[in-house]
Amino acid sequence: MSQMFDIDFSAHKQGRIVGIDLGTTNSLVAFMDLTGPKVIPGADGGNLVPSVVSYTREGVFLAGNPARDMLIDQPERTVYSVKRLMGKGAADVRHEVELFPFHITPDSDSVIRLQLGEKVLTPPEISAQVLGQLKRNAEVFLGEPVTRAVITVPAYFNDAQRQATRDAGRIAGLEVLRLVNEPTAASLAYGVDKRQNGVVAVYDFGGGTFDISILRLHDGIFEVLATNGDTHLGGDDIDNRLIRIGLEDIASEWGEDISKNGEAVQLLRRAVIRAKEELSFVPAVLIELDYHGKHYQREIHRELFENLIKDIIDRTLVPCRQCLADSGVSADQIDEVVMVGGSTRIPMVRRAVEALFRAKPHTELNPDEVVALGAAVQAGILSGDVDDKLLLDVTPLSLGIETMGGVVSKLIHRNSTIPASATENFTTAVDGQRNVLIHVVQGERELVKDCRSLARFDLKDIDPLPAGAARIEVKFLIDANGILSVSARDARSGKEQSVEVKPSYGLTDDQVEAMILESIEKAEADFNERQVREARVEADAILAATDKAKANDAWLDLDDAARQSIDTAVNHLLLVYHSDDHNLILAKIDELNQATMTLAEKMMNTAVSSALKGTKI
Amino acid sequence: MNNHDYFGALGLDRRLSLDTADLQKRFYEQSRKLHPDRFVAKPQAEQDAALEASSVLNDAYRVLRDPVSRAEYLLKQEGFDIGEQRSKDVPPELLEEVFELNMALEELRHGDEDARGSLDQAHSRFAAMRDAIDGELQALFRAYDTVQDRAVLQQIRGALNRRRYIRNLVNEVEKELAPK
Repeated sequence: MSQMFDIDFSAHKQGRIVGIDLGTTNSLVAFMDLTGPKVIPGADGGNLVPSVVSYTREGVFLAGNPARDMLIDQPERTVYSVKRLMGKGAADVRHEVELFPFHITPDSDSVIRLQLGEKVLTPPEISAQVLGQLKRNAEVFLGEPVTRAVITVPAYFNDAQRQATRDAGRIAGLEVLRLVNEPTAASLAYGVDKRQNGVVAVYDFGGGTFDISILRLHDGIFEVLATNGDTHLGGDDIDNRLIRIGLEDIASEWGEDISKNGEAVQLLRRAVIRAKEELSFVPAVLIELDYHGKHYQREIHRELFENLIKDIIDRTLVPCRQCLADSGVSADQIDEVVMVGGSTRIPMVRRAVEALFRAKPHTELNPDEVVALGAAVQAGILSGDVDDKLLLDVTPLSLGIETMGGVVSKLIHRNSTIPASATENFTTAVDGQRNVLIHVVQGERELVKDCRSLARFDLKDIDPLPAGAARIEVKFLIDANGILSVSARDARSGKEQSVEVKPSYGLTDDQVEAMILESIEKAEADFNERQVREARVEADAILAATDKAKANDAWLDLDDAARQSIDTAVNHLLLVYHSDDHNLILAKIDELNQATMTLAEKMMNTAVSSALKGTKI
Repeated sequence: MNNHDYFGALGLDRRLSLDTADLQKRFYEQSRKLHPDRFVAKPQAEQDAALEASSVLNDAYRVLRDPVSRAEYLLKQEGFDIGEQRSKDVPPELLEEVFELNMALEELRHGDEDARGSLDQAHSRFAAMRDAIDGELQALFRAYDTVQDRAVLQQIRGALNRRRYIRNLVNEVEKELAPK
C-alpha cells in the first residue's frame, strides 16, 4: 500500500499495530488498511493459521498448517486446543486429558506443563509459537517489523486466563497494547459499515469457548451492557461426542480399543470434523476411517447429530438468558443478533438463537474472520487512525475478597464498565502485626471455595502498632484489559505500602521474563545457526566451481602466481569452513572470489569465443 | 470510604433528580476524552492519569444512573450511615403481610403447590409497594433538589430502608416461584 500512494505514514514510526484472534482451533492476524480491516494471509495463501504447535525431532518449533500435519505423524510431539489450558491449574483439567492428547507432566500444579517430545512447555509458551507465526506472516506481508498487537480473548476469560494470554504475547516478542473481548471485537467489525445505533447481541460459539455479549451502539460508542459465557464449551465438545461414537463402534467392530492410539484418534478426529462441517449443508454424511488396512464407516443423519448435540446447544442458552437479564433489555429490544465462531454454521444453533432472541441472526460476515477484523479496528483506535469509535467493555466476573468464615465480600460487580476500581480499608488484628494477607477471588458465588482464586496480596512492612490502629487503604483496579492490579497506602502517613503478589494460577513476572529472555536467546541462536549454514552452502558452491574450473583450459593459461593464490584461498576457506562464525566464512569466500577473478574472466572469454565459433558452424 | 466526586466527574451539580438520557450523553462525551484507548501513544504518566480518571468516570456513571445507588451515594457523602442495613427488621406496617408471606413460602417449600397462588398475589402486592416507594423517592428527590435540606435526606433514608426490605422479599418470592 505505502508504495502505491504518496501518504504520510510518519504516525506509524513505531510500526503498525496488528489485531490478532488467538483462537482455540484457528488463529488469524489482521491490520487496518486504508479501506478498512483486512486479514493477512500466510505463505500458503490461507487466512487461518491452525492453533497447533509441534516440536520436531530436529529441535525446531512448527506452528500452523505444518504442525497440523504432524498431529497424525507425531502426535506425542504436537499439541492443539491449548487455549483450553490457558490460566488453568492441573487439577482444573484432569477431565480434559481423556479426549485431548495433552501430555501433562506429573509436576504440573498451579501452572500446567506439557510434554512435547523432550521439551516441557507451559500453555503461554505454546501459544507464543502460534503468535510468533502470525507475527512473521504479518511482517512478510507488511514488509516491516511488527512488535505491537491487540489480542482478543473470550469475554468470559478470568484474570488468570487474560494474564496468560498477555504473557504469551510477550514471550512471542509482542507488546500487547490491549486485550479485547472476542464478541466485542466482532461487533466493532460488524459496526464498521453497518448499524450506527441500536442494541446488538453477539453470540460467539467457537472451537472451545462460548460468549454472549449485549451492546448498545450509539454514534460510534460500543457500550457493552452485559456479557456472559462458558470458557469450556465449544465445537471441540461436539467433536468429542462424535469421536466417542466412533471409538465405541470401532471397539465392537474391530474388537480393538484405539482410544489410546494417538495417530488413530487423530485420524478419527479429522474424519468427524469433516463430517460435522458437511452436516451443516447436507442432510447426511459418512464418517470414514481407514487405519492399517482396517475400514470403519458410519452414516450420520442430521437428526441423530442434532439429538447428540442438543444439550450442548441448550447449555449456550443459559448464559444468554442471564446476559439478557443483566443487560436490562428484553429479547424484543434486541435489534440485531451477530453470529461469530465456526460452530454458528450449524443450522440447529441458528434456529436456537433465532428462537431465543426473536430476530434472524446475521451470518453475512465470515464467522471465522470477524473477530480478527474487529481486533484490527481496535488496533486502529489505539493508533489514532480510527477516531470516531470507542469500545466501553465490562468485566465478566465479580471481584471480591475473602472475609471471615470463607465468605466473599464483593468489591467490583460483574458487568461493571472497565476500567473500574474499588477501595477498601484494612487493619491489623494483633499488636505489632507487620503483614496483612488479602485473598482476591473472582466469581458470583457467596463462598470463597466456590469462586476462582486469583491471587494473594501480601501487604508488607506495616508499621508495628496496637491491633486495629493501622489503617491501610487498598485500591483494586481492573484496567481496560480486564486485568486486576492492587496498590496500597498507609492512610495515616499517606506513604505507599509495598504489596507482594502471589498469583494462584499462572506465571509470575519473573518466570515470564525468563521465558522472554530464553526465546530471544533461542531466536539469536537460531538466527546464527541459519547464517552459518547459509555461509557454508555458499562456500560449497564456490569450492565446487573452483574445482570444476581447474579442468578448464583457462586454468592452464594462468601464471604460477595466480594459480598459487587460488590454492591458498581454497585452503583458507577450508580451514574456516567448520567454524561457527559466518562472517569468517564469508570473508574467506570473498578472498577466493578475488583470487579467481582473472580465471573467471578467462573462462568467460573462452566460453564466448567457443559460443561464437559454434554459431559459425 | 470513597471520596471521589461522582457528580463532578460527570459535570453535574449535586442533584438527585437526573435525566438519564442527559447522563448517558455526558458519560459518552467524557469517555471519548478520558478512555485509556486515547492515550496509548502518550507518556506513561498520562496513561496512568487516564486510567485513574476513566475508572472514576465509570464508577460515577454506574452509581449515578441508578436512582437508589445515587441516593445512597449522596447520603454517604452527607455523612449518613447507610452501611449494613438491619434488613431483617420488619417495618411495623408490613408485619402482618410478611407473616402471611413467610407462611406461604414455607408451604411451597414443603411441596404445597396451592401456596403458589397466594404467593403470586403477594408478589404483585409487594412489587406494587416497591413501585409506590419509587414514586415517593422521586418526589423526595425533587424536594431535596429544591431545598437541599438534611431533613429530606433523613426521609429518603427511611424510604430506602423500606425499599430494600421489600426488594429482598420480592427477590425471595421470585426465586421460589421460578421454574426449577
